[in-house]
Amino acid sequence: MTSVLSPGQAPLTATKQPHSRSVFIYRATHSKTFIAGSVLTVGLILVAVLAPVISPYSPNHQDLYDILGGFSSKHLLGTDELGRDELSRLLWATRTDLRLGFLAVIFPFFFGTAVGTLAGYYGGWLDSGVMRVVEVLIAFPFYVLVIGLIFVVGTGTTGIIVAFAVVDWIIYARAVRSTTLVVRESDYVAAAKSGGLPTWRILWRHVLPNTVTQSVVYLTSDIVLVIVAVVTLGYLGLGVQPPTPDWGTMISEGQEFLTTTWGLATIPGVAVVITGLALSLLGDGLADVLRPR
Amino acid sequence: MASYTARRLLSAVLVIFGVTLATFLLMHIEPGDPARSVLGIRASPSAVAALRREWGLNSSVPVQLGRFLGQLFQGNLGQSYIYHVSTASLIASRVGQTAALVAVAALFAVVISVPLATLAAARKEGVADHLVRGFSVVGLALPAFWFGILLIEIFAVHLHVLPVGGAGSGFGGHLKALVLPAFTASLAIVPILVRSLRVGMIEVLDSEFVAVARAKGLGEVRVLFSHVARNALLPTVTLLGLNIAFLIGSTVVVEQVFNLNGLGSLLLSAILNRDFPVVQATTLVLGAGVVIVNLGTDLLAARLDPRIRLR
Repeated sequence: MTSVLSPGQAPLTATKQPHSRSVFIYRATHSKTFIAGSVLTVGLILVAVLAPVISPYSPNHQDLYDILGGFSSKHLLGTDELGRDELSRLLWATRTDLRLGFLAVIFPFFFGTAVGTLAGYYGGWLDSGVMRVVEVLIAFPFYVLVIGLIFVVGTGTTGIIVAFAVVDWIIYARAVRSTTLVVRESDYVAAAKSGGLPTWRILWRHVLPNTVTQSVVYLTSDIVLVIVAVVTLGYLGLGVQPPTPDWGTMISEGQEFLTTTWGLATIPGVAVVITGLALSLLGDGLADVLRPR
Repeated sequence: MASYTARRLLSAVLVIFGVTLATFLLMHIEPGDPARSVLGIRASPSAVAALRREWGLNSSVPVQLGRFLGQLFQGNLGQSYIYHVSTASLIASRVGQTAALVAVAALFAVVISVPLATLAAARKEGVADHLVRGFSVVGLALPAFWFGILLIEIFAVHLHVLPVGGAGSGFGGHLKALVLPAFTASLAIVPILVRSLRVGMIEVLDSEFVAVARAKGLGEVRVLFSHVARNALLPTVTLLGLNIAFLIGSTVVVEQVFNLNGLGSLLLSAILNRDFPVVQATTLVLGAGVVIVNLGTDLLAARLDPRIRLR
């Protein structure tokens, strides 16, 4: 291990790839945060993928003889006001909300990173144009703009994905732009330029690898924000529409029965917190693992 | 200071103009016909045509924008389609509730995060630090509305110490009714504040003037309060300004949970009723509010720290 990390032993002619990969593996296997985050996240993804297999019932199956039933051996987490198995709905909701969270951040991640890199590298009117748009969008309270967009596009999965596509890229663009401004002035970019490399190659091979790390780290905390937002929109009746299982609608449906069947509203919330915790730990761990030497 | 204020003011005006443009466009990119979507599928074509005329939807988009801006300058935000009163009066009757909620929530956020961050920074890598950092990770993942429901269950339903919801009556009643909603809303930004403040305080603790203060023989408590905390005040103001948009956004949700009649619940009910003018005006007011608060915190920060004016 020390042979990899001690700077004296790194030969000057070594190519960057194998060196950085072994450092990555070393750091990844030694960061408790990263390990905990990855294990939890992989566990959640497995739950989402295997929901149809591991759920005891179909999420919409109604047991009309057991409505608002408490914890029992037949229904481990009880049943809701329509006699649906709470555990099955919880597992299926993991599938709905994780999938939606991931889908909603894909476009912002790629678009924001690309726009930020181009704006930072080229500067000029492109940069000032992008920054004006960012300033205006950032002035809106996050939920207000998202809700306004969903009003226009319509509720449900499409509405959520479009709303986040419009709002969420600005954070990536802003962060990547400021890193690009620094990278642009570096010696290796100057060397690449004077070597006569085409601009696309400089951007792709020399700028982007140095700016994308930040986006990747931000991505994990952004997914937390987006999943919490998806659940919140579901609660407000603007997100995932019933009867599709979703933590937010489960909480809003269960809220009515809080005094009698407290599990209906509280357990889905715990699921959200665990999901957020998993992804936050993964993000913090990634930041440790990927931090520049 | 004057030139900094002027520059900052100019950029705020430009952003507010951009915000106005964005809210106008938001209502005009809708794929369908707003008049049709308000009246429903069963409305007769003549009713739809009449509403289109009333709203001036038949003119070109630039003409509509011109009219919208013209009316805006006269303080006319349009007429609510559902309540048949001016949107401005609806907003005026609701804005106080939201402003009070945001103000108390901001106060809570500062009162909670500054001590936590100080504690974590002073005991860096210790048990307290790990607890505070763990709390901020969990806090980020906590859906505000869900946490609000739990608080209602504990403090209102079981312990009967605070009201379940609503605005309360009398000054004391208002304040009491604000405790749970403001606490819930503040938790949206406390984790962000704690994280950034902790890093800032650790930097201050490592700085030379703190070493000098310690060398002079000052007690650790004195160092923390009169040297470190004072220097943390400025970043707190700046951070609060940066996150005020997020705080205002989370009050939209919190108002719904606690049944408060503020701008957030106005926006949500307008959306469910497809009340276009109200959605447009509320979005505009909330966006402009953020710009104004940001301007205020920037000017305050510049007053506290002269170096900022030179940037």
